[in-house]
Amino acid sequence: MRRLVVLGGGTAGTMAVNKLRKHLAPDEWSITVVDRDDDHVYQPGLLLVPFGVYTPAEIVKPRQRFLPDGVELVLAEIDRVDAAVNRVLLTDGQTLDYDFLIIASGTAPRPDQTPGMTDGEWRTSIFDFYTLAGATALRDKLARWEGGRLVVQIVEMPIKCPVAPLEFTFLADASFEERGMRDKVQITYVTPLEGAFTKPVASKHLGGMLAERNVSLEGDFMVDHIDPDTKTIVSVDEREIPFDLLVTVPLNMGADFIARSGLGDELNYVPVNKQTLLSIAHDNIFAIGDASNIPTSKAGSVAHFSIELFTDNFLEHVSGRAMTHPFDGHANCFIDSGHGKGLLIDFNYDTQPLPGKYPIPGVGPFTLLEESRLNHLGKLGFRWAYWNVLLKGRPMPIPALMSMAGKHDET
Amino acid sequence: MPVTELQGRQVHVDDEGFLTVYDEWDEDLADVLASQIGIDLTDEHWKVIRFLREDFKTVGETATARRVQTVGGVPVKEQFALFPKKPAKKMAYIAGLPKPHGCV
Repeated sequence: MRRLVVLGGGTAGTMAVNKLRKHLAPDEWSITVVDRDDDHVYQPGLLLVPFGVYTPAEIVKPRQRFLPDGVELVLAEIDRVDAAVNRVLLTDGQTLDYDFLIIASGTAPRPDQTPGMTDGEWRTSIFDFYTLAGATALRDKLARWEGGRLVVQIVEMPIKCPVAPLEFTFLADASFEERGMRDKVQITYVTPLEGAFTKPVASKHLGGMLAERNVSLEGDFMVDHIDPDTKTIVSVDEREIPFDLLVTVPLNMGADFIARSGLGDELNYVPVNKQTLLSIAHDNIFAIGDASNIPTSKAGSVAHFSIELFTDNFLEHVSGRAMTHPFDGHANCFIDSGHGKGLLIDFNYDTQPLPGKYPIPGVGPFTLLEESRLNHLGKLGFRWAYWNVLLKGRPMPIPALMSMAGKHDET
Repeated sequence: MPVTELQGRQVHVDDEGFLTVYDEWDEDLADVLASQIGIDLTDEHWKVIRFLREDFKTVGETATARRVQTVGGVPVKEQFALFPKKPAKKMAYIAGLPKPHGCV
């Protein structure tokens, strides 16, 4: 009997075991998933909680419900992986031996990594939204906020869902307008990047959308610390930005057990081959989803596209064959822009987001890098698809590898 | 890929002037690249540049400012002092490496 252990029952881990269980005969392979709790959060929904679109209950379901028969779920904290002897040690003293290990423990916001962030003003005038507690606290704050200086800030890349802070800004602008208080709010978007986004064409389109909404952009801002007494964020090169309400995306890091196990880079991401997701250091460890160091977005869409190919690669690898399904870094994201509209972007390791139609060239129905109502409906509809199609490993009508068809290269 | 002439040599660069071929760079070229962006290279600068070159050779990606701090041992604050305003970009430019991903 060969043993597969999967660390993390989130988007990537759940999809992977649903795919793999079909191919790994139950009398030949055991599959065990480890997670610290049984709450599977639909993470794209967190962005909409502060605006009252979703309640927390609508975006959390039991992990167990999405795992197939024949997969054991162990609820425990992971102490570390001892890769030399192929063993996972849990903090409750249990151990799990494996033949193959898949690390799918994601990435998480770490407000403790920025001096001053969690001192005094945390969740009073400083909020994150990429946790259920943060999104809920921010919803309550926004409901009673009467205006002032709103600063939306990214500490450092990479972050989970790189477009989320832009979406938050668009949605906040629209929500203040709908409440008749937009003139009482000054919005500043603060980023360590040069512009609104990482890649030039999208950065120009999205930067234009910030300007249209009267949002000022402060680029190349690497935060040094936050002063909770003066309510100011201070950069390494000593620029200061005052705020009344700070919505921050803290430094994102992989799980601490990865560092304790000596398996991670400086942000606890597991270095892997970016085409196969196999660990550089260990021939029987893969890292999937946000947990790896692949140079593309940390996003559910990447997990989805990569796992389509990963499944075949894994099956080849465990039977001693070469892996023949290279991943190209394909990502796509709906970006809600407020007032019932949204955009869609589609890109990979080598090709930046470009305008055009998707997924059918020239037809759509979705438009790339341009606002439309249908893109917004696509985003809302995706929640159903996530729970009912995607997690269960059923086929989605979108190819895993990126296509240039229907796109216009503006460069 | 465009080709440009630096110090009487043909080198491959991207649209923003970052060298695209690892082995076309040498330490003489670094002085030229640095002077183009108004930096005189001191021993402190060289410590960072040599780290970036070595790190790229093993990792295959240009180190971020954080990596230069945690792995290379040069604090981000010092990187800003050495390569003002945009350290990650300037360090990569002088070291003849691709612009850091900033990650997408």
